[in-house]
Order: sequence, then structure tokens, then C-alpha cells
Amino acid sequence: MLPASQLWLIPALPLVAAAIGAAAPRTARRLPVFLALAAITGSLLLSVVALVGALAAPAAKLTANFTWFVAGSTAVRLGWLLDPLGALMSVMVCAVSVLVFIFSIAYLRADPRLGRFFTCLSLFVAAMLGLLVANSLLLLLLCWELVGLASYLLIGFWFDRPSAAAAAKKAFVITRLGDLGFLLGLLWLFQATGSSLFYDGGAGVLEAGALERLAATVLPGGWTAATGIGLLLFAGAVGKSGQFPLHVWLPDAMEGPTPVSALIHAATMVAAGVFLVARVFPLMAADQGLAAVPVHALTAVAVVGSITALLGAVLAVAQTDMKRVLAYSTVSQLGYMMLAVGVGAWVAAVFHLITHACFKALLFLGSGSVIHAAHHEQDSRRLGGLAGRMRFTYVTFLLGTGALVGLPLVFSGFWSKEAILHAAELWPVSHLPFVAGLTGVVLTAFYMTRLVCETFLGRPRGEGAEHAHESPRVMTLPLAVLAVASVAAGWIGTPAWPWLQSRLTGAPVAAQAWSDGLGLMLFSTVLVGVGIAAGWWMYGRRPRVDARALDPLAQRWPRVFAALAARLWFDELYAATLGRLLRGAAALAAWLERWVWGGVVGLTGRVAETTGEVNRAIDEDGLNTGFDRASDGLRRTAQQYSRAQTGDVQGYLRAVVVGLAVLALLLIWGGVR
Amino acid sequence: MSPLHVCLALSAALFCTGLVAVLVRGNAILVLLGVELMLNAANLNFIAFWRFGPGGGEVGLVFVLFSIAVAAAEAAVGMALVIAVHRHLRTIRVAAANRLKG
Amino acid sequence: MNASMLLTGLVAVPWLGALLLGIGGSLPARAARALAVLASASTLVFGVLLLARFDPALPGLFVEQRVPWIRSLGIDYHLGLDGMGLLFVLLTGVLGPLALVTTLRRATRVRAAGAWFLLLQGSALGVFVALDFFPWFICWELSLVPAFFLIRGWGGANAGAASYRFVVFTLAGSAGLLLAFAALYAATGTMNFTDLARLRAAGELAGHLGALGAWATALAFLGVLVGLGVKAPLFPFHSWMPATYAEAPAGVSMFLTGVMSKMGVYGFFRLLWPIFPEELRAHAGPLLVMALGGVVFGALAALRSGNLRHMLAYSSLNHVSYCLLALFAVAGAGPADGVAVEAALAGALLQAFNHGLSAAALFFVAGILEQRSGGNSDFARFGGVRNAAPRFALLAGVALFSSLGLPGLNGFVGEFLIFRGVFALQPVVAAVATVALLVTAIFLLSFWQRVFHGPRAGAVAGEFADLDAAEWRVLGSLVFLMILLGVAPQLLAGLINPLATSWAASLTLP
Repeated sequence: MLPASQLWLIPALPLVAAAIGAAAPRTARRLPVFLALAAITGSLLLSVVALVGALAAPAAKLTANFTWFVAGSTAVRLGWLLDPLGALMSVMVCAVSVLVFIFSIAYLRADPRLGRFFTCLSLFVAAMLGLLVANSLLLLLLCWELVGLASYLLIGFWFDRPSAAAAAKKAFVITRLGDLGFLLGLLWLFQATGSSLFYDGGAGVLEAGALERLAATVLPGGWTAATGIGLLLFAGAVGKSGQFPLHVWLPDAMEGPTPVSALIHAATMVAAGVFLVARVFPLMAADQGLAAVPVHALTAVAVVGSITALLGAVLAVAQTDMKRVLAYSTVSQLGYMMLAVGVGAWVAAVFHLITHACFKALLFLGSGSVIHAAHHEQDSRRLGGLAGRMRFTYVTFLLGTGALVGLPLVFSGFWSKEAILHAAELWPVSHLPFVAGLTGVVLTAFYMTRLVCETFLGRPRGEGAEHAHESPRVMTLPLAVLAVASVAAGWIGTPAWPWLQSRLTGAPVAAQAWSDGLGLMLFSTVLVGVGIAAGWWMYGRRPRVDARALDPLAQRWPRVFAALAARLWFDELYAATLGRLLRGAAALAAWLERWVWGGVVGLTGRVAETTGEVNRAIDEDGLNTGFDRASDGLRRTAQQYSRAQTGDVQGYLRAVVVGLAVLALLLIWGGVR
Repeated sequence: MSPLHVCLALSAALFCTGLVAVLVRGNAILVLLGVELMLNAANLNFIAFWRFGPGGGEVGLVFVLFSIAVAAAEAAVGMALVIAVHRHLRTIRVAAANRLKG
Repeated sequence: MNASMLLTGLVAVPWLGALLLGIGGSLPARAARALAVLASASTLVFGVLLLARFDPALPGLFVEQRVPWIRSLGIDYHLGLDGMGLLFVLLTGVLGPLALVTTLRRATRVRAAGAWFLLLQGSALGVFVALDFFPWFICWELSLVPAFFLIRGWGGANAGAASYRFVVFTLAGSAGLLLAFAALYAATGTMNFTDLARLRAAGELAGHLGALGAWATALAFLGVLVGLGVKAPLFPFHSWMPATYAEAPAGVSMFLTGVMSKMGVYGFFRLLWPIFPEELRAHAGPLLVMALGGVVFGALAALRSGNLRHMLAYSSLNHVSYCLLALFAVAGAGPADGVAVEAALAGALLQAFNHGLSAAALFFVAGILEQRSGGNSDFARFGGVRNAAPRFALLAGVALFSSLGLPGLNGFVGEFLIFRGVFALQPVVAAVATVALLVTAIFLLSFWQRVFHGPRAGAVAGEFADLDAAEWRVLGSLVFLMILLGVAPQLLAGLINPLATSWAASLTLP
């Protein structure tokens, strides 16, 4: 039993490992690896202990709040929260991370910066775990940004490749675009409630008092504060979870090492957005009862989720890069989760998040195993024929695929997807999510069949595939564990035994009757079958023989295929609109700087200079010249006069005598007495 | 011609002699001598007026005594100047000492 | 040692050091350097001694010294410190020695550079502790002289023009200040900040100034505003800044952006707001637009510039404008939500301190890049520095993310509090300002990608040394403070909380 006040240990262990790893000399390659593994294992154990404690009292929100710092006289408080949602997620994150860590040891064995890699991984996991156990939106934002930093470091791990550096920047900047919404939502929430704590003995923002206040604050147009805050927070989740229209960074994040992709796509980064929405679900749902609200926050979530689910699946169809197919599949699956939250079934979203974490990690690590074996060849057109060469990887990959497409009854993905579809079917507002979800099911089955056929069947079509052989035990062991989980993880939330649902909501959930939803199950199973059959018919019947041969889809619909392969030009669209806008604004700023501010300064300077020039002219030509002339005259006169000074004493005396004589004569003759 | 007139005429002659010496002689010592002559001509006038004038005390006599004393001092200073000039210019010609000309 | 001696010593010891260096003609370079560093580090010692006397319960001055100086003019030798002043003294104490070491590191004429620098540091400290306009203005102006000679004598190729522009600009601003205080003196017979603020609080100042003429108050306000605005700088009085920061030697740029720009911010809080609160409120709209302009324009201009120093200069404009944005939002709001006001004010002061740290660190990074590449900081000359110098890249990266406002590092707390306050007072302004957060991320990461990532290229392709021990100490201590203050912002917040609370109370009560 781990009390809430010690929950900080869960993120602290990997954080300490990361700190030591960062400070360790670069020559110590093994130390960070060992530390990271030890820390994550410790966190896993602690999480399990926490989960056991949380499950004992699922409805109780156990919190431990503390003051971070005081601004003015107001304390800024953070806290830790122990509830089944957070604890279950941390167990999932830790478990997937342990397996990814083990896999990475073999995958990056030859990399000289292995130690640095594990340092970043530890930071990544620490931030994610912090986010899960946070009882404060502010603390959540803090960890959220650290997740962004760690993903930046990891996606750009091979930073001397310009494409990796660019992808890392893209991921950071685009998620930050969403984070602006998150920040504004947090500020608004902070202002409206004076707190950022989720649960605080009745004073938290997710508790009844605050929610009522938020829903009662009506803005112009019928919006409520709860709607506004919910939508702003959702903007953060859109960025982080790769939702339309900010999904563009996620496929590029493939530039990182494959274990990182597994971690980002399965357990950590993209899960953060869904987790955020699930965590603040009471807030998002606070405006549900109000008819005056033009767009309910959850409706927006459902719409965005539906679009993303469909868009990701469509785009995945035309990708040739193995990891890119999986990346768009992640986009699509995240759309499903958002869709589920939007229609009110956040439990189904979390359920799908957990099962998806298992099978997506499996698929990514499986592709990592293939890429590793095929000497870093990840274009599925140049692979092929690996089914015989890498039997173990092939089987586990097939199991993962089965879970992803939702093969009925056995695989975990089936149950979680059914839960989502079931909720979408019952959503009273619109049928869009339901239709999008069903369409996505067909497409998912299709593109996964395509991927498996292209990669594993047929003959090797490239150097790498020809020389491929099964990966070492260290890499296949995590695959085996994940394969088991991919199958079994669904059994915790079947309609017949809704253990997960009752634990997460904290209230007992009655088991559904078998007949309830049976029609939907059958229908979606048929859809899966259709997708697989279509995929098999196009790709499996006659496997590709030449790496340069046109895709069967491209032969039939070349323009559609080209558009999809170009990812519907989203990147180009953003470059042409937002990018150009920003560049234009920057150019305007530079122009202002040069011509307006600089111009004013230059003009002032010029005026001052001219004034000085005029002043100088008056001084020089007017005053000074007159003075100089007078001085010259005086000097010349003095020179003339000084000629009389001969220096001859007797001459002077003679002059004196003559003068005296003249004076005397004048006096005498003048009769002056 | 009264004795006073004789004395005055003599004194005038003496003064003129001195004046001429001062004005025309080139030798500084002779110029000084001319000055002495002019002083003595003045002294002679004082004595003459004292002896033949309307009387009224011993003022004229006292003036002469003063004058002689001052003349002695003046001669000493003058000779010192002449020696200084000689030391600098290696001559005592008055015309040579014209450095202060403009 | 009593408190008033501490205050005098705080200013006098650097000046004394400058004097000793100035007259100690036969001092060898090593000794001169040691003397300069000692004199500069004295500020930190005095700062810590003063910190020990700080009383968290007291919002006003906790140390004060006031003796008549020129009786006939009513001028006092009045020094004092409150939490805000102490904050800036500590900032000077941290940055001064580091910037000095950086300046002297590779400088010719060590003695002269050290003397000028210490003169500069002492003057800056004088500005932070003086409470009478007369000594305050002496220090304010005196700081220009050493800055001018340091830029001119030890700066880059175009340092002459840059230093000239810097001095002319700042002097023009100071003329406004001088005239404004001449008017205040003529009206009230005192130039003491605390007395003037007291007069204003009692409502008598307007009457005094009104007696001078109808426009006297407005003109005095404008004079002070321009004088401080040039120094901070307040957009659009910033055009001296990019050239100056680009041409000054790296250490001096550290000090200019870290401490001297804070003199302007400090002035806004110490002079403008207490003495002209009503005028500030009346003109808060345009001022808010100017500050917002600085935030957005600074970020955009930084995005556009391909030169590291220029980028950092515009980024400084952006960051300093956040402080002013908070102040203007508060001043314009009048009696308002006390929590938001406290957050905005505390945030503005924290931001001033934290920007000092991170901007100084980034200018130091720029200095290292320039020094290694032969004196040019255009992005195009670099590539792959992280490969060549991993330790340097690690520390530079922390500084970069601190400037970007990453939570967990010092930059976040101030910005968050500012946004928290401004959002409550002026939601639209805050929303527009968040755009600058995104642009900041873009230009800093673009710089990082261009210079540190990718294959080794340009000046980095050949020999490119990692940090040596001295550089490691300078950058390492800055980074240490960034992490420490990011995790435990209470260390600084404790200094300014009493002030923020009392300011907020004085706003909300009437």
C-alpha cells in the first residue's frame, strides 16, 4: 500500500536515473543503462503497489497536496493523486517501458551514445509518470512540457541527420501550438476557480462545487466557462495526441530510433493527450446538461476524434514505409479514443488506450526487429519474404495485427474497439462517430493486411531482406511478453465481466447480457473480414515480386493513391498558410525595424546633424571671421608700431629731449604759466 | 649780471655739456659721466638759489646733500649695470645693448 | 557591520576596485584580474549579508540610510533596500563576477577593462539602492561612461557606431528624466523617491505640479516614461539595442542585458508607478499596446534574424516586455482581483531576474561560438556543434530551454505568473501574447537545429574545442541556478511576496 504522499517516488526514480545519467561521463556507457533499467523496474513495482491500493477503494480520490511556492499571498499548490485511472496507466507505462528498455539494449548496442539514449528514455518515462500521478493541472502541464522536451531529444537522437533534427523541431513546435490552448485553458481555470488542483477535499476543480460554478458562468453566445476551458484544454490534447489538424508531427516522429517510436506511439507521449481528456472528463462534461451551449466540449472532441480516426486510416493505406503505416495507424487509433471520450465513454477510451499500448508497442518493436535484421531497411516494398526467415517476429507481428484489426473474441483490440463502437452507436447527437468508426474498422483491416503481406510474404526484394535472420533473444523476449498481453489485455473489460469499467468509475457496472450488442459485434466482425479479404485479394494473392512495381491500388486509382501518399498535402498546406503567415509577419517586423524605427532614428540623427551643420556655418563664417579680422588688424598695427622701438637708449633719450624742448617752448610761447 | 645769473649760466652750460655727453657718446661710462654732470648742474642751481635767493631755511642745502647721496647710489647701480652689460656683450657701447627693440 | 555601512560598501567596493586598478599602473595582469574579480564578487557577499537581514514580514525598506547631503538643495544621501532592490542586487552579484570573468578572459588591457567594468557594476548597484534622485541619477548616468568605453574599446568591428548610438539614445532618455525631476523639484522642493511617493499617496503632488502649469504633470510623466523606456527598452525605443548587444564584447553584453536593462524595469517599479499611478492608469491602454508590441515584435524580429546576437537581442526585448506588460496591465486595471495583481507583479519581478540569468547565459554561449569561429555569429557559419562539443551543447541547451520557458527551469515561473495575472486582467492581451511563446519556441529551436544539430559544418568542421574549465564554471553556475530556481522558485518569490501583497492591497483598498 503506497500512500498518496509517496506517489512522487514513482516518477522520481527514473528522474534520478536520468539526472545521474546526464551527469555521468560519456565513457560510462553501461551505468545509465543499468540505472534506467533498475529505476523503471522499481517504478513498475511501486506502481503495482499503488494500483493494488487504489483498487481497494476505487472511488476514493486519495490526494497529497503541497505548496510549490507562494506568489504574493497566494500559494501555488501542486499535488499527487492516487486513483485507479492514474495507477493503472502508470502500471501500463512502466510495463511497456521495461520491455522497450530491454529491447533497446540490443537494438542500439552499437551506438556510441547508448548511455545518453537511456538517459533521455528515463527522462521521458519520468515525465510521463509524473503526468499520470499529478493532482494538479499545473503539475500536469509541467510534466506535459517535460514529455515534450524528452520526445524532442529522442526524436532528434540522431541529430546529425538533418531530417531527424527537423522532425524533432516539428514535433516540439506543433505540440507547443496545442499547448498554447492548454496554457490558456489552465489560466482561465485558475482565474475562475483559484486553484489548479483536481481534488482538494471539495475545493478542487473537478469536484462538484467548482464544476457547477464553471457551468453556471455564461459567456456571450451561450458559451459557458466550462465549455471554453474544456475546448482549450482539448487543444493541448489535440497537439499531443496527434489529432486532426495537428497530426502532422506524428508520422515524422519516425525519425527517432524505433524503440522511441514504440514508446511515443504506445505508452507515453500520445497517450498523454487522451489521458488528459479522460482525467478532466468531469470538466469536459460539465456543460452537457445545458441546451444553450452552441457546441458542447465533448461534441467537439467526438467530431475531431472521428475525423482523425478516419483520416489516419485513409492515409495509412498508401504509405510504403513500415513505420509510417504504423504511425498513421496510431493517429487513427487515437482518433478512436478521442471519439470514445467525446461520446462520453471515457472508460472505453482508457480501455482502448491500454490495449492499444500493448499491441502497438508489439507492432513497433516487431517492425524494429525487422528493421534491425534487414540492416535498417524499412521500406516495405524492398522487404518481403521474412515470414520464413524471422518466424518468431512474424508470429508475434501477426498477433499484434490481429489485436489491432480487432479479430473477434480472442484479441484484446476487439473488446476495446467494441466498447467504443457500442458507445458511439448509442450517442444521441450524431451518427458521424459511429459511421467513422465502422469505416475505420474496414480500413484498418485492409492496411494491416497490406503491411503484413508486403513485409513478410513473397520473396525478398532487397539486400536487407535477403540477409535477414531472427533477432537476438533480448529483442524477441519483449515481443513474446507483449504478444501475450496483446491477446490477454482485453479480458479485463469484456461486457460479460466489466472489471475495468467498474474499477475506473468506482461504481459497480452491471454485466451486459450476451445478446446486447451482439448484432454490432457480428457486423464489425464482418467488416474486419471484408477488410482482410480485400487486402488479401490485392496483396496476398499475388505477392509483389519487384520493389519498383506499382502498387495495385496505384494502378487502379493513381491520382487518389498519389494524394494519399503525399499525405493529402497537409504539410504543404501548413507551409503555405501558417508558415507563410509567420514568415510574412517576421518580414514585416524586420521591415518595420529597418525603415520605421530605424528610419525615425535615422531621421532624428539627420535633423540633428543638419542643425549642427548650420550652427557651425554661422559660427565659422559669421562670428569667427569678424573676430579674426579685427585681431589681424590689431596685430598688424602693433607690428608697425614696434618698429619705433629700436632698442637704442640714446635714441629714446634724444626723443625725450626733443619732446621736452618742444614742450618747454610751447609752454613759454603759449604763455602758459 | 648778478652772481646768481653767473651761477645759473654756469650750471646751464654744465647741464648742456652733460646732456650732450649722454646723448651722443657711445661709451656707457661716459654716458654715466654725463648723467653725473647733469646732476651736478642741478646741485649748482640748488646752491645758487639757496645762497642768492630770498632765503627761508636750509632746504636747498639739504636737497643737495640728498641729491649727492642719491647720485652716489645711482652711479653705483649704473656701474653695476655697465659691468653686467659688459659681461654679456663684451662691450660697453650703448648702441650694442639694443635687444629690447620691437 | 551595521546596515548602512553594508549599503555604502555595496556600491563603494566595486568603485574602490576600479580606482585601485586605475591608479595601480605597475600591477601585473594576473593580480589585476584577481583584484577585479574580488571587487566584483564583493557584491554577492554584500548581497548575502543583506539577505540575512531581510524581513519577510516587512513590505517596505528593511535597510535604510538617510543623512543630509546638500542641505541648501534638500538633497539627501538616501540609500535603502526592499525585497525588489535586493532581488536586483543579488542578480548583479551573480552576473557581475561572471560577466567580468568573461570580459577579462581574453581581453587586452586587462587593467583598463577591469576598472571600467567595476565602475559600471558599482553604478548599476547605486541605481538599485539609491532612493534620492540626485545620487540615483548620478549612478544612472555614470553607468553610461564605462559601458561606452567597454563597447568601444573591446567590442567588435562596428563597435564605434554602436556605442555612439547607445550613448546618444540613453542620454536623450536621461534628458527627459532630468527635466521631469527638475519639474518635480520645482513643484515640491524634494527629489526623494519615498517622499514623492508619499506626497502622491496623500494626493498633494497633483496640486503642486498643477501650480507649475497645466501640462507639467503630463510632461513630467512623459519624461520619466521615455527615460526609463529607452533603458529597458520599451518598444519602440529599442532600436539602439540590437547593434549594441551585437557589438559589445560577450561579457559586457551579458551585463548589459542581464543587469542594465533591469535598471529600466526597476525604474518603472520604483519611480514611474509610485509617483505617477494615475497617469499610468490613464495611459495604460497605449502602453499595454506598446508592451504587447515588444512581446510580439521582438519574437518575430528574432525569428527573422540570422545572426545569433541579433536574435538574442530581440529575444531580450520580447522577454523584458513581458515584465512591462504585467506592470501596465496591473496599473491599468485599478482596483482589481487581488490574486491576479499579486501574480502579475510577482511574475514580472521574477521574470526580470530569470531573464537576466538565461539571457546572460545565452550571450555567453554566443560569445563562445564567436570566439571559436573567429568572431562571427551568423548561423550559416555553424552546424553540428553538439557533435563537436557535447558538454557545451548540454549546458547551452538548458539555457535555451530556460529562455523558451520550459517548466522545471527558471523561465517558466515568471512567465506563468505574468500570464496568470494578465489573463485575469486583460484576457485578450494575454491570448495575443501567447503567440509569442510559440514564435519563441520556433526561433530558438531553429537556431538550435541550425547551429547545434546536423553534420559538422562551417567553422565547426575543423577544430572546435569543448568548454574549458573556466567556461564550464561560468556556464555551469548559471545553469545550476536555472535548475535550482526552476524547481524551487520560492527562494526568490519569498523576497518579493511582501511587496507584491502590499502593492495589491494598496490597489484594492481605495
